[in-house]
Amino acid sequence: MSKSLKLYGVLGVASAALMVGAHNFADRFVAPMPDNARVLSPESASPDMMFIAAARAEAAADAKRLGVGREALPEEIAAWDVDVSPDGTGLPEGSGSVMDGEELFVDYCAVCHGDFAEGVGNWPSLAGGDGTLANEDPVKTVGSYWPYLSTAWDYVHRSMPFGAAQTLSADETYAIVAYILYSNYLVEDDFVLSKDNFLEVEMPNADGFIVDDRPETEYGRFSEDACMENCKDSVEITMHASVLDVTPDEEGAEEAAEAMEEANADTAADEKIEEMAEAAEPAAESEAAAEPEAGEPAETAALNMALVEEGESVFRKCKACHQVGEGASNRVGPQLNGIVGHPMGAVDGFRYSKTLESMGEEGMVWSEENLAAFLEDPRGYVKGTKMSFNGLRKDEDIDAVIEYLKSFSQ
Amino acid sequence: MTADNEKKGASRRAFLKGAVAAGGAVAGAGMARAAEPDPLITEIQEWASGLGEGVDATPYGMPIRFEDDVIRRNVEWLTADTISSINFTPIHALDGTITPQGCAFERHHSGAIELKKEDYRLMINGLVDKPMIFTYADLERFPRENHVYFCECAANTGMEWAGAQLNGAQFTHGMIHNMEYSGVSLRTLLTEAGMETTGDLSDKWVYVEGADASSNGRSIPMDKALDDVLVAFKANGEALRKEHGYPVRLVVPGWEGNMWVKWLRRIEVMDGPVESREETSKYTDTLEDGTSRKWTWVMDAKSVVTSPSPQSPIGHGPGPLVITGLAWSGQGKITRVDVSTDGGMNWQQARLAMEGQSKALTRFYLEIDWDGSEMLLQSRAHDETGYVQPTKDALREIRGENSIYHNNCIQTWWVKENGEAENVEVS
Repeated sequence: MSKSLKLYGVLGVASAALMVGAHNFADRFVAPMPDNARVLSPESASPDMMFIAAARAEAAADAKRLGVGREALPEEIAAWDVDVSPDGTGLPEGSGSVMDGEELFVDYCAVCHGDFAEGVGNWPSLAGGDGTLANEDPVKTVGSYWPYLSTAWDYVHRSMPFGAAQTLSADETYAIVAYILYSNYLVEDDFVLSKDNFLEVEMPNADGFIVDDRPETEYGRFSEDACMENCKDSVEITMHASVLDVTPDEEGAEEAAEAMEEANADTAADEKIEEMAEAAEPAAESEAAAEPEAGEPAETAALNMALVEEGESVFRKCKACHQVGEGASNRVGPQLNGIVGHPMGAVDGFRYSKTLESMGEEGMVWSEENLAAFLEDPRGYVKGTKMSFNGLRKDEDIDAVIEYLKSFSQ
Repeated sequence: MTADNEKKGASRRAFLKGAVAAGGAVAGAGMARAAEPDPLITEIQEWASGLGEGVDATPYGMPIRFEDDVIRRNVEWLTADTISSINFTPIHALDGTITPQGCAFERHHSGAIELKKEDYRLMINGLVDKPMIFTYADLERFPRENHVYFCECAANTGMEWAGAQLNGAQFTHGMIHNMEYSGVSLRTLLTEAGMETTGDLSDKWVYVEGADASSNGRSIPMDKALDDVLVAFKANGEALRKEHGYPVRLVVPGWEGNMWVKWLRRIEVMDGPVESREETSKYTDTLEDGTSRKWTWVMDAKSVVTSPSPQSPIGHGPGPLVITGLAWSGQGKITRVDVSTDGGMNWQQARLAMEGQSKALTRFYLEIDWDGSEMLLQSRAHDETGYVQPTKDALREIRGENSIYHNNCIQTWWVKENGEAENVEVS
């Protein structure tokens, strides 16, 4: 019997008694009422119906394992159980230096967090803020706020980079975390973080936390009799929301309403595809039409609409970072309208890696061939690309996503 | 059909302003008396003569187009990107207590993913007798429970700590929804994996984790895990929506929404908390002296008047007025709600539409005869532990202004003579 009995006093004892007295009832799926006077008394029957239902389910579950499900294999547990605890439990073997970390950080993290982990726009800053927690505007970073280094390692390893989570190796993670520590002046530039010295790093705000003390500091004070009449002498308005005026305006609301109308009819992307399909129909008859030359504007070619549709679903993998279609703008990655046939590294307003920028300066364009090579192995094709995506494994997916991108000419 | 309704894209606010003016014109006339017969009655209307849509016109229905302003809304400046962001339930326009899934607020850390039931796996590992894998079909074979619970983001009302900021109940209090969940108790699944070899349960934890790229994970103490936590796969009778964790999410009644892990994929029984990013760097509450509270899981008693409110002004003149709102407590049932129309000088008890249900929203009403003068509307919730919802000043006195989370203060709407309302703070 499980130890949950300790926590479930009366109910637990009741279900234990049932287990002895009514063996096998869980299998028959008919749970008798727990032997409990409060539940059985007729006057309490109605308001307690939910309680009875819950008690039944509980009794049925506690009495006997159903034998549903299967045992997890060690390989499966190893694949998913990767969390790391403050005492270092869960850390894999490995190490990484500040120097390596800096390079990785610039490639994978700086687009949101800044080259020096200072944060770009509304994205979190990871460094600085030392001694600001009691200020009017505290700056909470890994250095100034986070109590455990394990949290940083665990989060970088499992949830970052944004849009390509769970792709960093153990060594890469050690290196990036080492660089974050360095950005916070917590280690020197020759520091190498490893499983062995992990617990030696002191986090400045390790002692800055207390366990929820509302029961002691608030609940007594907020449980006094509530005043009903003449509770204060006067009431003055001390602050108006309209002074700040940060509420989303009606225009935003109307955009949202329009978006909903679109959702009612169909998705915007589907409409786009239908529109394109109609336009492409006459051309589709001569299927043997020549492939467009590399660099030729996409709109002159007939699109394979079935492929475009497949490409739309493949593009979900890209959506976290890239926008396409009406109103697309640069996010983590550049917007991709008209990208097929476009010079490399040249979407307005996007900060590219040096490699991609110089490839563009040399006159290279995103022909279908080049795009396919890039999508197959991004880091192999553009060494040092900021795109942290690992690439598409299937050729069909690559063809489909390129066809989809072709449907969004400028 | 009125011109206002027919005009596509007519601004809701303009429409309401028109209604206020029309109401004002009638004000003072006592019982309204029509000067001329109403053509909507005396003339045969198109809908009373022609035909409407047949069945199957919309195999799965959406709200009628006249309600297309009752939608979730986002506050763009709050977050860097909508993929890791939050939006707000239009509580100002809803009634009753159940939140329709389609307008229930969303909060994602790496976007709402698509995960098929067939591809769904739930792992239970760690300090259990036998680590287990369950498919979605497996989950359906365990005894099921139904419960109504509210889910409130810990940051609900978080923008209001330093002062009145956002003009609308949707924005100040809309990080909340309330649904009827069907699922299997976590206790049942832990029992299936077995905890005879786990040792003393009183100091154990479960770590719960999602299948999306953020792999949002939280540590929950074992006594809560064995109490009322639910592994849910249906909400309001139908499958969970993608944005709420389809096909399976965790329901942690009364506790902050971040712990209600969506796309639940793993439950690990552990010796201690993981101290994940979401329970250290976020969802911790910094006090005035710079120390921070952690493990502030419970959502304390709270309430708000949803109408009248800035997005839901009074559309008629003086006379009968229905004041309504929502109250809830993570500690149990709401037992009473008081309403003040004078900024907290005097209070009267509101009527609860139904007896409070534990850790679920309670709807309250106060019907008054409005004299047309301005009001400072407030509501104050009481729960079954005797806790009374505090003022913002009382909270700030203890916590300062930088807690971000767990702001359950009394809200004030300044309702003006023309029926419009504004978010204000009062002395």
